[in-house]
Amino acid sequence: MDHVDGNALAGPLSELFRFDLTTTSGECRHCGDVTVLARAMVYLDPSGYVVRCCSCDEVLLTVVTGPQRTWLDLSGISGLQIPAASETA
Amino acid sequence: MVGAWHVGTVVATNTETPTGRSIVFDVPGWTGNLAGQHVDVRLSAPDGYQATRSYSIASADSTERVQLAVDKLPDGEVSPYLVDDLQVGDQVEFRGPLGGWFVWKPEQIQPVQLIGGGSGVVPLIAMVRAHAASGSTVPFKLLYSVREPDDAFFADELRALEGPLLEVTWVYTRKTPHGWPTPAGRVTQEILARATFAAAENPAVFVCGPTGFVETVATHLVALGHDPVTVKTERFGGK
Repeated sequence: MDHVDGNALAGPLSELFRFDLTTTSGECRHCGDVTVLARAMVYLDPSGYVVRCCSCDEVLLTVVTGPQRTWLDLSGISGLQIPAASETA
Repeated sequence: MVGAWHVGTVVATNTETPTGRSIVFDVPGWTGNLAGQHVDVRLSAPDGYQATRSYSIASADSTERVQLAVDKLPDGEVSPYLVDDLQVGDQVEFRGPLGGWFVWKPEQIQPVQLIGGGSGVVPLIAMVRAHAASGSTVPFKLLYSVREPDDAFFADELRALEGPLLEVTWVYTRKTPHGWPTPAGRVTQEILARATFAAAENPAVFVCGPTGFVETVATHLVALGHDPVTVKTERFGGK
């Protein structure tokens, strides 16, 4: 399946976070690479999406959307560096 | 605010290619967008079924007019409606402007290399327009790959904007214009080496197009010495 860039998640993730997560740097728990989420690889699925590290291809986060609730798994990210609000406009 | 939903009313459409067109929406409350940002377009059927897709914004100004340009995917769920059916006066919902990473701002001082495949030129057009409108004197180069001459979006506007600060290189992958000096063919590392800013010039690089196109171009650019982190990519899936 073809993937798109993390940049494409700016809209869907705005439903879950109050800042633009795609310009946030995250550290991959698997390989230690630190980069903005916009550079990650996104695999879209009708029920959600899987985001993989652009360095090691391991899973960073998954989102599954159901009729009653959304499941968010961030276990592949060991830390996020969130820019100050004035930098995220 | 990030992710706010708006209702846009179609005020104009223009056929750009045999399978694509540009659409201008009037969006009350829209406060402008950065060049390179996108929107999520949401269509709702009478039975409640919804489909949402992302489209790059071709405009980059501070008015309440937003221009998108869309290429029809043969098996698409949203793009055939936008290209074939949507009429002036129709409304769609969209969320945005979105994305703070694949953007160009007039205060950036490094040279800018834009590389687009097919309708992947849309966010790059926004950057070219923002560059022209801002009076920025940083040099821009655009390498635009299309199957054949009729498949180019905004071709007349690009030709009009070409000049000392914007160099446009056309690559035709299936059919060239009459008398074109080189045969049709895909973007190669040799073409990129010849027609784009070298890594040593420290350009900001934006690549947008189908996933396969972006992968190929990004791989060549890294082989030519560009740091992968300086090559910003926007893949939109497909071939």
